Amino acid sequence: MGGMERLLPTDEAYELLGLATEIADGELAPRAADFEARGEFPREVVRTLGRAGLLGLPYPEEHGGAAQPYEVYLQVIEVLASRWLAAAEAVSVHTLSCYPVYAHGGEQLRKLLPDMLGGELLGAYCLSEPQGGSDAAALTTRATRDGDSFVVTGTKAWITHAGQADFYNVFCRTGGPGPRGISCLLADAATPGILPQAAEKTMGLRSSPVAQIVFDEARVPADRLVGDLGDGFRIAMEALDSGRLGIAACAVGLAQAALDYAVGYARERSQFGKSILDFQGLRFMLADAATGISAARALTLAAARLRDAGRPYSAEAAKAKLFATDMAMKVTTDAVQVMGGYGYVQDHPVERYMREAKVLQIVEGTNQIQRLVISRHL
Amino acid sequence: MNIVVLVKQVPDSGAERNLRTDDNTVDRGSASNVINEMDEYAIEEALRIQEAHGGEVTILTMGPSGAAESIRKALSMGPDKAVHVVDDALHGSCALATSKVLAAALGTLNADLVLCGAESTDGRVQVLPHMLAERLGVAALTGARKLTIDGSALTIERQTDEGYEVVTAQTPAVVSVWDTINEPRYPSFKGIMAAKKKPVQALSLGDLGVAPSEVGLDGASSAVVEHSKRPPRSGGQKVTDEGEGGVKLVEFLATEKFV
Repeated sequence: MGGMERLLPTDEAYELLGLATEIADGELAPRAADFEARGEFPREVVRTLGRAGLLGLPYPEEHGGAAQPYEVYLQVIEVLASRWLAAAEAVSVHTLSCYPVYAHGGEQLRKLLPDMLGGELLGAYCLSEPQGGSDAAALTTRATRDGDSFVVTGTKAWITHAGQADFYNVFCRTGGPGPRGISCLLADAATPGILPQAAEKTMGLRSSPVAQIVFDEARVPADRLVGDLGDGFRIAMEALDSGRLGIAACAVGLAQAALDYAVGYARERSQFGKSILDFQGLRFMLADAATGISAARALTLAAARLRDAGRPYSAEAAKAKLFATDMAMKVTTDAVQVMGGYGYVQDHPVERYMREAKVLQIVEGTNQIQRLVISRHL
Repeated sequence: MNIVVLVKQVPDSGAERNLRTDDNTVDRGSASNVINEMDEYAIEEALRIQEAHGGEVTILTMGPSGAAESIRKALSMGPDKAVHVVDDALHGSCALATSKVLAAALGTLNADLVLCGAESTDGRVQVLPHMLAERLGVAALTGARKLTIDGSALTIERQTDEGYEVVTAQTPAVVSVWDTINEPRYPSFKGIMAAKKKPVQALSLGDLGVAPSEVGLDGASSAVVEHSKRPPRSGGQKVTDEGEGGVKLVEFLATEKFV
């Protein structure tokens, strides 16, 4: 990565980044192109990441985590994303999926955490619905109490890890309209009536399955209620703040990969008798890209440090997500431009990076929603 | 089962490697040093045996003080402890002397099973496991692509150019493995942190009762007299297609036994 220096808070954080880099180079980089082309989810690769201890990094050791601050966890995400965005996103989504139980689960539910964080189980997060993504408070999936169970009926949409996950955080309506009528349930994927649909045919990030999930009178035990009745919306919004930082880190890693590839190409490519890197128009484009990446990384880590210090970070997380993902869209587009026709063909990964960048401007709150969040804090 | 895995630190075979100009030994100072790749498979096999049968896994390394880094890396995969034979007098030791030192160190470890890579990427002589077994008076099961354990009975599939041979022996024994035997695990983050606290015992030649004159360059049974850089690649053979290019290509491939 262009000899970039990282400032990490501890020696063990350097060890962790070293391990993440070793696995990213050894297991992620060699597989990314083929899995993306086939649209196959790398379940075994995610297990390898789990066994290495990378699926529960920001949680306390007593629950099976690694007690790493977000500042460090996000840099691990960035390293993974620079080799394979879908694998980094899997870690980010899974980590987010463990948050509701960790932060709001009762003693019984938290007993599940070691298995959730240990890497053998994969989590997913069911918030969006076909008719409403950004307006999450209007969700209509209903959970009705029946004896010792909630009976869940409705359709969730855009669910990352649909059909692959072992557990789902399901946000559903247990009360009246509006945010206070929403609760969070932790459902086993094997529950009868939880029906993942065919995966969406996406523009990029194809090795990460995204699909609707139909809940057809799925019975979820009442003791799987996370927090209290009516806590669901608050839990979802808290987790989203953290999730936004994960996506920002993904964007930084993806942009870094595009820049590194474009620089490597430009060094080798000659036109008019000299390296194209010697043309200032192109050189400056790459310099701007490098500057944008550093700025996005700094913004992301600044928000992470606020979170680590227990201070409000919602607006800063939104700024980081907005800036980093718009930056990644620009940098990946410019990487294609630097490579000309070769950038546009699938023999090189930058066209894929460009397709992948687009989704980062949409997920975990569109960048328009981020602006809404930011403007509310003005 | 008490297992000892021999781990050697070698210059990274993926990077430029050199011999020293003063004494023709491997230049470790300028190289990026790593665990000998084949030894990682031996570590993995030991850990799998431990997971199935219990017991203890000990790493045994002979090497300069810098090899401590590779020992920590090996321990981060999961072994319990390590022994590091380190002594300035060992510099330049031949395979025969190395086997003497390792045999002496193993004498203190009471191993049921000694596992090692079938060869190191720097020396590539493959004799060490045989020498070691001879010195210890135990069986040598070498070049394994598969190892099964039933009580004290060991069975390996010994990989050959044509296929494999089934070889059996009783513990204690020395077993060397190829990279076909398993897929080594990555260390875990917890494993890396735990490795810092695992015991590493340093042993000198004095501790082992081996005289300095028996090892090192002076005590070596073989010597590298001189070395030179590999010559640059020659230009190769150019075939100009004048209607018979295909035939010439096939002739070349047949002559070189590629087809």
